[in-house]
Amino acid sequence: MNVPNRNMIDQNRRPRLVVERVSSGYGSTPIVRDVSLAIPDAALTILVGPNGCGKSTLLKTMARVLPASGGRVVLDGRPVHGMPTRDVARRLALLPQGPVAPEGLSVRELVAQGRYPHQTLLRQWSRADARAVEAAMEAADVVRFADRPVSDLSGGQRQRCWMAMVLAQETDIILLDEPTTFLDLKVQVDLMRLLRRIAQEDGRTVVMVLHELNVAAAFADLLVMMRGGRLVAQGPVGTAFTAGALREVFGLEASVLTDPASGRPVCVPLVAPRMAVAAE
Amino acid sequence: MTGPILPRRGPASRAAPLAGLAVLALAFVWHVSVGARPIPPGIVAEALLAFDADVLDHVVIVDLRLPRALCAVLVGAALSVAGALMQGVTRNPLAEPGLLGLLIGASFAVVLFVGVLGIAPPAMIPLVAALGATGAAAAVWGIAAAAPGGATPLTLILAGAAITAFLGALVTVATLLDERSFEELRVWLTGSLAGGRLDQALWALPWLVAGLAVALGAARQVTALAMGDETAIGLGMDVGRLKARLLFAVVALTASAVAIAGPMGFVGLVVPHAVRLFAGQDYRRVVPWSALAGAAYLLVVDIAARMVLAPVEISTGLVTALLGAPIFVWLVRARL
Repeated sequence: MNVPNRNMIDQNRRPRLVVERVSSGYGSTPIVRDVSLAIPDAALTILVGPNGCGKSTLLKTMARVLPASGGRVVLDGRPVHGMPTRDVARRLALLPQGPVAPEGLSVRELVAQGRYPHQTLLRQWSRADARAVEAAMEAADVVRFADRPVSDLSGGQRQRCWMAMVLAQETDIILLDEPTTFLDLKVQVDLMRLLRRIAQEDGRTVVMVLHELNVAAAFADLLVMMRGGRLVAQGPVGTAFTAGALREVFGLEASVLTDPASGRPVCVPLVAPRMAVAAE
Repeated sequence: MTGPILPRRGPASRAAPLAGLAVLALAFVWHVSVGARPIPPGIVAEALLAFDADVLDHVVIVDLRLPRALCAVLVGAALSVAGALMQGVTRNPLAEPGLLGLLIGASFAVVLFVGVLGIAPPAMIPLVAALGATGAAAAVWGIAAAAPGGATPLTLILAGAAITAFLGALVTVATLLDERSFEELRVWLTGSLAGGRLDQALWALPWLVAGLAVALGAARQVTALAMGDETAIGLGMDVGRLKARLLFAVVALTASAVAIAGPMGFVGLVVPHAVRLFAGQDYRRVVPWSALAGAAYLLVVDIAARMVLAPVEISTGLVTALLGAPIFVWLVRARL
């Protein structure tokens, strides 16, 4: 479904979403300072960093929810803040942090909202819309709940419904702000598998803010570490996810081991062995 | 407007709008037939379809009762749609023109310009009411936003109550100072459809129609807006402009309702919540159904206002308050 766009990328070679020296924040104090970042196409990019480091602010600026006070975000060669917002929404979707569905809204109604940027006053609902909604519900595995109110579902099921809404938007780029917060580890991993599949099999570009370091290390194609509003490290997990980087970015003393099953790094925080006096 | 994907689209739901219109038509005919001199529905239909100026009943119907029924339809639809939009935009189930101070703001402005200053011709009354509604809404929002925790459903309702008490006291003072010139306004201030304010209705009609048109056009975006500004922006909506349009719709609808019939509390609360019970949460359905159900609701309430204590007639606004207050309490317990 995204074939024409992928051809376009091959010709351009420049990544479709590029952050150029962006500063942004709320009010006059910048939270993100002078960040530059090229988001690799058809890959899973994960932003991590301690609370208040500006990772969510950066994501929101990329999604044009927040203005950039300096620099610019370039989408397909054009500044995202200057594009008609509906044009942006056909290329780039956003799942905000902790979204709330109006009580009683059914899953299908929620997912159908994702079709908004593809509709006009004259063409309100088409077969393509219906197909996209069904496909998105299928991909996010929420068909079973289609006619139930979103508010009746569990946290993990609800998050899959929101994922389906974002997928129904059929954009090549998807931004997610902490989509796994408050979910059980198993549910987090299922959601991350879904996102990885979207990146690898559909060739879509996924950018997300994540809290769980080990989950980020297990799934990221590109890991971006931020601290104090600045980009501290970025690279493939193998080179970016090191004990030194964790110390520098999070102030966390941890050993980084390699998971023999996946070959991915795993961090284990250092805990001082229990002292004999205390054990007494 | 809705598509094949939306649930509850069986043959039954296709017939539902027709059933709704039929209920509205029945309520309308019933409303016209009721009064000091009951007129059989058959003659009502005859007067509407084949008017004869020589038949007294026909004249009564067309000159006296029809305007009142039409006003009930307009005011009921306007206040219900305004309430539905406010609940969606503010994500506050208790938002409503009355509870957030818009009704008292509009009433206060009308009392000030018409009763005290005596400078507002009928054409200006919807504008004066709109000015008052906007001012009161801004004050309520400002007070709530300055409270610790910001503009939550609770602080908005409390600020609305404070503004309502304050402006209500000023209105009472004004009416007490000059009882004679407030004779007519006093009945109007309780929310009344009596007294053939058809001239007012005609001046308010363009605003009301414009408000309804904007509301119906923006209904689909309201569903997304109810899921948060960020979600709406992500879907490609111009949230700032959308909110401005919705504010216009709410103010135009509220102001024209007040200009026609004075403040009718709780209509905008009761009707949209009742509508959601059968139409769901998608504003593409909530908005048109609120218009339809609000019109029918106010017709029935106005019938009750005239029949319950007949031959004495009570103000329609008092009945909407009597019916609305318990539902408000239920909503506070269930949703806040």
